[in-house]
This record gives sequence, C-alpha cells and structure tokens, in this order.
Amino acid sequence: MRRYVFTSIRMALVTLVVLGLVYPLIVTGVAQVAFPAQANGSLITSASGTVVGSALIGQRFTDAKYFDGRPSAAGADGYDASASGASNLGPTSRVLVDRVRTGVAAAVSEDPGLSAGSVPVDMVTASGSGLDPDITLANAYAQVARVARARSLPEATVRGIVDTQAIGRQFGVLGEPRVNVLLLNMALDAAK
Amino acid sequence: MAFDIARLVGYGAVLLGIAYPLGLYMARVFTGGRTWLTPVLAPIERLVYRVAGVDPASEMPWTGYAVSLLLFNFACFVILYLLLRLQGLLPLNPTQAGAMSPAIAFNTAVSFVTNTNWQAYSGETAVSHLVQMAGFTWQNFISAATGVSVALALIRGLTRKEVRTVGNFWVDLTRTWLYVMLPLCVVLSLVYVSQGAVQTLAGQVAATTVQGATQAIHVGPIASQEAIKELGTNGGGFFGANSAHPFENPTPLTDFLQVLAVLAIPAGLTFTFGKMAGNMRQGAAIFLAMFILFAASVTVMYSFERAGNPNLTAAGADQVASAVQSGGNTEGKEVRFGIEASALYGSVTTAASNGAVNGSMSSMTPLSGGMAMLNMALGEVVFGGVGAGLYGMLVFAILAVFIAGLMVGRTPEFLGKKIGPKEMKLAMFAVLALEAGILIGTTIGVSTPAGLAGRLSAGPHGLTEIMYAFTSGVGNNGSAFAGLNAASPFYATAIGIAMLVGRYLFIVPVLAIAGSMGPKKQVPASAGTFPTDSPLFVGLLIGVVLIVGALTFFPAYALGPVLEHFLMHTGRVF
Repeated sequence: MRRYVFTSIRMALVTLVVLGLVYPLIVTGVAQVAFPAQANGSLITSASGTVVGSALIGQRFTDAKYFDGRPSAAGADGYDASASGASNLGPTSRVLVDRVRTGVAAAVSEDPGLSAGSVPVDMVTASGSGLDPDITLANAYAQVARVARARSLPEATVRGIVDTQAIGRQFGVLGEPRVNVLLLNMALDAAK
Repeated sequence: MAFDIARLVGYGAVLLGIAYPLGLYMARVFTGGRTWLTPVLAPIERLVYRVAGVDPASEMPWTGYAVSLLLFNFACFVILYLLLRLQGLLPLNPTQAGAMSPAIAFNTAVSFVTNTNWQAYSGETAVSHLVQMAGFTWQNFISAATGVSVALALIRGLTRKEVRTVGNFWVDLTRTWLYVMLPLCVVLSLVYVSQGAVQTLAGQVAATTVQGATQAIHVGPIASQEAIKELGTNGGGFFGANSAHPFENPTPLTDFLQVLAVLAIPAGLTFTFGKMAGNMRQGAAIFLAMFILFAASVTVMYSFERAGNPNLTAAGADQVASAVQSGGNTEGKEVRFGIEASALYGSVTTAASNGAVNGSMSSMTPLSGGMAMLNMALGEVVFGGVGAGLYGMLVFAILAVFIAGLMVGRTPEFLGKKIGPKEMKLAMFAVLALEAGILIGTTIGVSTPAGLAGRLSAGPHGLTEIMYAFTSGVGNNGSAFAGLNAASPFYATAIGIAMLVGRYLFIVPVLAIAGSMGPKKQVPASAGTFPTDSPLFVGLLIGVVLIVGALTFFPAYALGPVLEHFLMHTGRVF
C-alpha cells in the first residue's frame, strides 16, 4: 500500500512538470517566435503607437457614424474583455423577448429602410462570448444608410467599403460570411 | 443550407477518416508495438517510469489497477486543490488572482480530476496562469488518460484468454498522454495560434478603443490548453465564454478542428477495441451504434436551431437564412460560426462528455437543449468521454447480449466469454449509479430553497437548468445551462459530489468486470451464439441505450424541454 502511495505522488509530480510546465512553455516559446502577432492577441496599434484593441475582440460603438456591433452580455455595459459570456436567457425568457423588441424598435428608428420584421436577427441578439468581433453582411448593409448620412458620404461609398471588408467563408466552405466591425470602422475613418 | 448540409456530411467523413488510422495507431501503442514516434518518445517514457519508480513489465490484477488509479487521482485532487487555495502566493499570476474559496476550490479540483471540467468560477479573473497550466492543462491530460486506461483494462478483460491481470495502470496512463495526446496537442496548439489563438505569459493588455473607452484585454497561455481541452474531452475553457471566445476559437477552421479533436480519440478507440479483440467488425459495430445515435442528435439540434425562435420573429427579428445572414436562433451564437457550426459543436461536446461550448447552450431552442441533455443522460456513450465512452458502451453491450440471451433462453456471451450473474450485477450497478445520481440530485435541486434560488429562468426552463446541471455533473460532461448560479455553496458542493459519483461509481464496477471476465475461457462460437458484430446487434444496442435513457428520464423531460417547446410556440414567456 505504501508503495502505491509513493508511486502515485511521484507520478503526479512528474506528469505535472512535463504536461503542466514543459509543454505549455515550449508551445509559448515556439508560438512567440513563429506567430508573434497572433500569439500576443492580434493587437491593432494606432499611428501614435497606442493599442486600439484586438482584431479578434469586439468593442462598443455608440456613435451614429460607426457601424454597431451586436448586443453584448459581457459586463454591465457590454464588450468587457475581462467578463466574457452570453446572456444565457432561455428561448421563453420575457427579458430576452423584451430586449429583442426594444432592439428592433431602436434599429427601425435609427436605420432608414428597416421595418419591424426585417431586422437581421444578429443585430438584436447577443453573442456567445459577448465579444463577437463580427456582424453579418445583412446587419452591415442595414446600417449603411445611417452611417453614410452621419458622415455625409454617398451610400455607395460606404457600401463599397463594407464589401471590401467582407470576410468570406474560410477555404470557400467553413463558417459564415461576415464583417469585422472594428476593422470596418477603422477603414471608414481612414477613408474620409 | 447547402453549405450546412455539405459541412455536416463532410464532418462525418473526415471524422471516420481520422478515427480509423488513429484507432489502429493506438492499438499498436497500447500493445507495446513500435511506432514512428518511438525513437523520440521511448527515452522520455523510460525516464518517467524511473522517476516515478514504476516497473513497466509487471501487470496488475483489477484490484491493484483500481487502487493505483484511485490513489493517483486522489493525489492529483490534493495537489490541484492546494494550487487553487494558494495561487495568490505562487508565481505566474499577472492578474493577481486570490485564493479560491474552499467550496469552489473543492468543486473545481473534483471537476478537473474527473474529466468533467464543470466551471463554477470565471476563468478570466478567478485563476492564475500557473493554475491554468500546471493545474488545469495538466489534469486535462491526466483525467483523459485515466479514462483511456480503464477502457484498456476492460478491453483486456474481455479479449484475453484466461488471464488474471488487466494491465499496468502506470504504463497505460503514460503511453496515452505521451504517444497519443502530447504529439497531437503540440501540432494543434500551434495551428490554433496561427489562426489567432493567444499564447503568452502576459496577463492583460490595456487598449484605448476607437471611441476612447478603455478595454482590458485578457491574454495568457491559451492555445496549449485549448488543444488538450478538446482532444481529452475535457471542455474547461480559459475564459468564461469558453470556445465562443475569439481567443480560444478564432476562426471557422479552429472550430472545425476542435469538433474533430473532441471525437477523434473516442471514435478511434472503437477501432482500437476491434483490433485488440482480433475482429475489426466488433469495433465497427460499436462505432456504428455510436455514429447513428450521434447523427440523430445532430439532425435534431441543427433542425431546431435553424427553425429559430418564433418569439423573436414576433418581436420583429428576421431569422430567415439568406446569402447575407445565417439566420435562425442566433441568441448566444457567434456570427463566424452561424447555426450549423454552433449546433454541431453543441451536439459533439454533449455527446462526447466534453462540455466545451462555442455558444450558449441555455439560449438554444428547447428541444435542442433537451437533446444536448439527453446526449449526456444516455450515459455519455455516444462516443462519450475519452475512454469513458468506450467502457460505457461496452457495459451497454453486456446488457444488450444479456437481454438477447433472455429472449432465446441461453447464457449470454460476449466475445466468446460467458457473462455470469456477477458481471450483470456490476453492469447494472454502474448504470443505476448514473441514473440515480441524476434523478436524486435533480430532486434535491428542485425541492430545496437553495436549489431553486440558483435558477436564472422561471417556468420549464428553470427545471431544465437544474436537471441539466446534475446530468452534466454525473455524466462528467461539464456543459452548462450557464444561467444557473453554479458558484452558490449548494451547487458547488452538490455538483462536486455528483461528479465523484458519476466517475468512480462507474469506474470501479467496470474494472471489477474486467477482473472477473479476464480469467474466463473463450468458448468457440456455435449456432446459438448471438453475433455481436451484426447489424441486428447494432440495432439492439441502440435500442437498449435508448430504452434505458428514455424510460428513466422521459417524465422529467416532458415537464422541461418538451413543455417549453410547446409553450414557446404559443408565445408564452416567463
């Protein structure tokens, strides 16, 4: 019995060192050399050198001249990158249905051309992470008129920028077509 | 739609293409054969045995195997518990996570040692990088390798002729993580990083957003943990949002690799079993039974998520799929994955006792969430956990031949060995322990103030939240209807106990079956033998799994997901 106990403890410690320290540290070393940008969070830096955010992490946009991301359940105000998570509201939740109804009303009043029933569903539903960096093309197109008006740009120009920023299916099959909101808004700012 | 169907069919084909060669490779590894990795890994293997003081040549009876496993798992539990309690004093803690409370630390340590990875804490803020690596990543490998070891002991007991021993636990454990998991994880983690998964020792990055707000972006050694999180069917995420978080699962490619990694070893082990039994058709029969149940589950979950939530349509949202949106029930789902990849992920990870999520399970439509719960409640045998799925399904196979034997009035045999009353009692004990654990736990949850207080939802969804939690705990899955307050002392303790019941009250009877079958003679098949590699057996096995699951849980499911489904269609909200 004593032998079993000692073997157990020694096996636990040796595997802890190999699998819990050596393995992740070697992967960290290789990743930092081979893929430094991705390994450190795909950070985006402004011209002045400050970090604006991560290309993979959504952020909150409220100004009419920017495309909005999806509703976010991460943190009290949304898009809190230290409190990722979903609303977890069930399909028969009154809170969920009321929130969607409010979102639809807001979208209809802000975005010309939208009416109740035609609001893209991702525009009024929260994502799984609360940090979803993307919106669907339907969502982006629905916001073009508002953004163009706020920026005094022709709608065709804004729509063109959406199209250049559109991300297709990976390898032509995987995932869904989408637009990265942060990159889209930065492209808009750069274009003016 | 066309893309969805093509990807689902493609997934099944790629899975089979990976599982078959991986299964044969594992059979070679576990029978001591040479592989192309042997020259590199054999010296490490010998070093591990020397440091731990293990004689790899000696085999153990089932009792020695069980005692080694239990003591080793207990040692791991103690070390992990101490790490969680002392993390504030230890290095590699850039965000200054403090000591976890005793109840949450107990729950978390049990969770990772039992391969459940239920998370009653939030990864971002509650644990240090040291714990993520030397605690969670370590146990992700070890708990999975423990499951494979039990499956190997059972395979040996069933397939070897008149042998009293069932193998050497230390050798099975070491060869699993060293020859199977570690090489795959190194490759997978680097592919994940190339796609955008983070891998650094830094803690967080302060960003000033386009609109001038500050955003604290949490980073860490994520990719290395992500790789084993899926491959070992663990499922505990670095972040609260798990694989919905873009740093864990940045692109559709990483998502596809993750769902493949989850099922690769559980599916591969069916072929390992066939190879070790000397009859590949035996393994193929088990694979087919699992695959049929899995395909049914994917179909159900995909269809209902695609159909969407009528309450959202009534509120003015457009859920119709088109060229510019995936549509469907997108609450709790990420745009890059859409409906198909989210439904597939939910199905794969509940079938496989993985428990990772790439979206919110709780926000799925009622019957999708109910299907996920049924996947877990069937005993985690639809591919199931690494190792655990195979030994669970072999227990059901023993039940199936017993029932077939009753129908024709013959002593049941499996792989030429007669199944006696002792093995039947052990198999029934294991199955009943799971079901009693789920039903008794749920009963306590819905009949005590502390249990009811943890719900996020009213109405039938609240019942489902509680039942889902106990099903997940007992099934060692870790998936959650995350609205439930899992961090409350009641749930931290109750789910902790549920995880222990589901793990060890199943493993010990399985090892006892291995020990009791091992010494038996193999009798040649006769005209009266029920062939266990036939389509008839596949059908019977599926029937037994479904009847045991459906009869036990149907009344409760009728009041949870089924009732909610009909109420949702009448527009009722809570």
